[in-house]
Amino acid sequence: MGIIMDNTEKSQDTQKHRQAPAGMKRVEMDLSNESNADFNTLIKIEDLNLYYGKKQALFDVKMDIPDKQVTAFIGPSGCGKSTLLRCINRMNDLIDGVKITGICNLDGENILSNKIDVIELRKKVGMVFQKSNPFSKSIYENICYGLRIGGINDKKILDEVVERSLRGAALWEEAKDRLHDSATGFSGGQQQRLCIARAIAVEPEVLLMDEPCSALDPIATAKVEELIVELKKQYTIVIVTHNMQQAARVSDYTAFFYLGKLIEYDRTATIFTNPSLKQTEDYVTGRFG
Amino acid sequence: MNPDSNKKIIQTGSLPVGKFFGRGEHWLWLTGACLSVALIMIVGLLFVIVSNGAGFFWPKDLTEFTLKDGESTQKVMGILMAHDTLREEIPEGKGIRLIPETQFRVGNRDIYAADFVWYRDENISGIMKPKLGVALERMEYGNFYGFMESFKINDDVIATGGQAWERLLKELPLVNRKRKAAEAIKEHEIGEISHEIKEATIQLNKLKRNTHPTAEQVSKIEEYNQFMVAKNEEFQTLKDKAQKILDEADDYSGVFKTADGREKVIPLLNIVEAWQPNNMSVFEKCIFYVRQVWGFIFDDPRESNQEGGVFPAIFGTVVMTVLMSLAVTPFGVLAAFYLREYASQGPFVRAVRIAINNLAGVPSIVFGVFGLGFFVYFVGGTMDQLFFSDYLPTPTFGTGGILWASLTLALLTVPVVIVATEESIAAVPRGAREGSLALGASKFQTICRVVLPASVPGILTGIILSMARGAGEVAPLMITGVVKLAPELPVDLTFPFFHLDRKFMHLGFHIFDVGFQSPNVEASKPMVYTTTLLLILIIIGLNIVAIRLRDKIRKKYQTGAFA
Repeated sequence: MGIIMDNTEKSQDTQKHRQAPAGMKRVEMDLSNESNADFNTLIKIEDLNLYYGKKQALFDVKMDIPDKQVTAFIGPSGCGKSTLLRCINRMNDLIDGVKITGICNLDGENILSNKIDVIELRKKVGMVFQKSNPFSKSIYENICYGLRIGGINDKKILDEVVERSLRGAALWEEAKDRLHDSATGFSGGQQQRLCIARAIAVEPEVLLMDEPCSALDPIATAKVEELIVELKKQYTIVIVTHNMQQAARVSDYTAFFYLGKLIEYDRTATIFTNPSLKQTEDYVTGRFG
Repeated sequence: MNPDSNKKIIQTGSLPVGKFFGRGEHWLWLTGACLSVALIMIVGLLFVIVSNGAGFFWPKDLTEFTLKDGESTQKVMGILMAHDTLREEIPEGKGIRLIPETQFRVGNRDIYAADFVWYRDENISGIMKPKLGVALERMEYGNFYGFMESFKINDDVIATGGQAWERLLKELPLVNRKRKAAEAIKEHEIGEISHEIKEATIQLNKLKRNTHPTAEQVSKIEEYNQFMVAKNEEFQTLKDKAQKILDEADDYSGVFKTADGREKVIPLLNIVEAWQPNNMSVFEKCIFYVRQVWGFIFDDPRESNQEGGVFPAIFGTVVMTVLMSLAVTPFGVLAAFYLREYASQGPFVRAVRIAINNLAGVPSIVFGVFGLGFFVYFVGGTMDQLFFSDYLPTPTFGTGGILWASLTLALLTVPVVIVATEESIAAVPRGAREGSLALGASKFQTICRVVLPASVPGILTGIILSMARGAGEVAPLMITGVVKLAPELPVDLTFPFFHLDRKFMHLGFHIFDVGFQSPNVEASKPMVYTTTLLLILIIIGLNIVAIRLRDKIRKKYQTGAFA
């Protein structure tokens, strides 16, 4: 019985939001104003609206993503956090009927513009997916993939990149003796780190991670998290996660989304200890969602 | 309190009817029964074909018996084929009488009218199996059954009785070898020369058409004339050579006697194989069987396809199927890639897809008619006008040939490849595609490096299916290039080796031809089964090759467990 009541409450809650989106108080922190020396905006999102056909999935999202920091997107399923993530490397282009309005500036260029060379953009913005998706090729070839499609076939360069990327993904020790074995022989956690290695092989500026640990066991998750902390020295990382502890552990900034809207965006410590909104607090403490 | 809670969980005995249906047990039985029916039909079909076809070459015993024919009696020898019962009405409505009768293959078509005869069992007596009964497979008139009297060289009797038989067995392989040598000369060397003469004639005619030939052309004509004379001489020499070989071999002959005492002189050149079935051990019979099967597979047909081998038909079938696969694969695969990867999925593409699926249901003869009209008459006719005008009015490509037949079949099977390819492309995990695109690969690079390798096994499945369908198809071939008897193979050792304009033989058509167009239905029945068996084996063989290839590729491009 209790469960059913919960659901009713929730649906009422949902209705309330749908009826009065404008009436909701939104906290849009202007982080750039903050007197923080290491905060440099790399990605500036303004008034971003996204529609799947007639259904709107993102509403007026406005946020600045800092350079060389980890930004986490949290929120219940279907809140649009993955959709927003996929805007940053234009992966939404693959889905029919997606319409995006607004601005998303990366290095001062609006990447949502039609004039953007999507291929160059994706070389700058790498991505790691929820399910590890190594190609059915050898470990070596998996890492070289991004270089080879860019026309680099020099064995010396490739060898170097493979070692550097595998070391960067903390996979070198495990992989160095089986570089030419199929990547599908790896365990789930190793495959995910291989995908990270593959993404950093092309030296992107930004690394997008879409729930990279959701299919991994706690030990593999710990390794990937360690890796994320390590990688942020070189890369700007945006991570979508369902795991609140993970967001708290690895990220510097956290954005909470709900029903396609950015509800609250602040330093991770603030979000988890002293959020401005009740809704955020309920979510991060596990009282709802 | 739940009233059911006292019920025992352990079930003893069979399920009560209510539960039987309630739990869907009947559904399990229904599905099982359907599968069983399908399996029984397939196994039954194979059993009929194998049991009728495989025993054809086994040397069966010769049976000799006395046949009462009215007042007179005569001896008959033959191979027991079948038993049956005849229903005869007793006059004045006194009911029906059942008369058992037996079918014998008595052979000797040149002496008796028919070589398969039914005799009533009441007229047969004194059945025995003579040790010395001889069976001969001949070049003409089918088998001969009788006894050997003597062996002759020219007209001189060299040996009689048992010695004659031994001499026959000794000389027969030599004579056969000579016959084959003569045939080889006729087929290859003479064939080549007549081809050259034909070419020269065409060139000559072309030159002669000029009313005012230049000096150069005149000398060319002279050159050709000399060439023709030389070639004609060569032709004659070869012909003589072949004839001489045959003449030498023609000196040998055997004198045989039928069971009813008629004497028959048979030249060894006319004998393909001689055996005494009642005098053979099982081991000897096995060797004989293997030799017969070998001959069936690798020899040319004789006696309007009723006897001899089916090699040209096997060869034609395989070449055609391979050509068809070569034509259908790139077409089907590329079309499927466009449909799945590039075309924007909407009502139009859906309509195209439905049309393709329906194309697979169009009767194959319609494809045949289209092939005849488009490939043979239009494309072939145009090619003849453009490139082979010297040969006209004899058509080169403007008539049925293996190329057109293969292309027609490719058209017939292209829906199978498209559908299979589309499905295998759709089955490539989205993650693999996205992973590639996220690394900055273009769509084309993603297709080439990720999608295509992953979908190769599925594409090969489509090719396997299309091969199975194409190899068994007959109707469209009948009007696009298959013939009852093709003198030359579509691939041989004379330049340019691949003669795609040639007509060819096909096992499927062979079955139709032997089974339904032959003058001697009884004799050709086992041949039909054997050919069917062979066709099935070839299709299975081609499939196994493709399946092994697919497994190899599948292993190579195994998709990850987490992909």
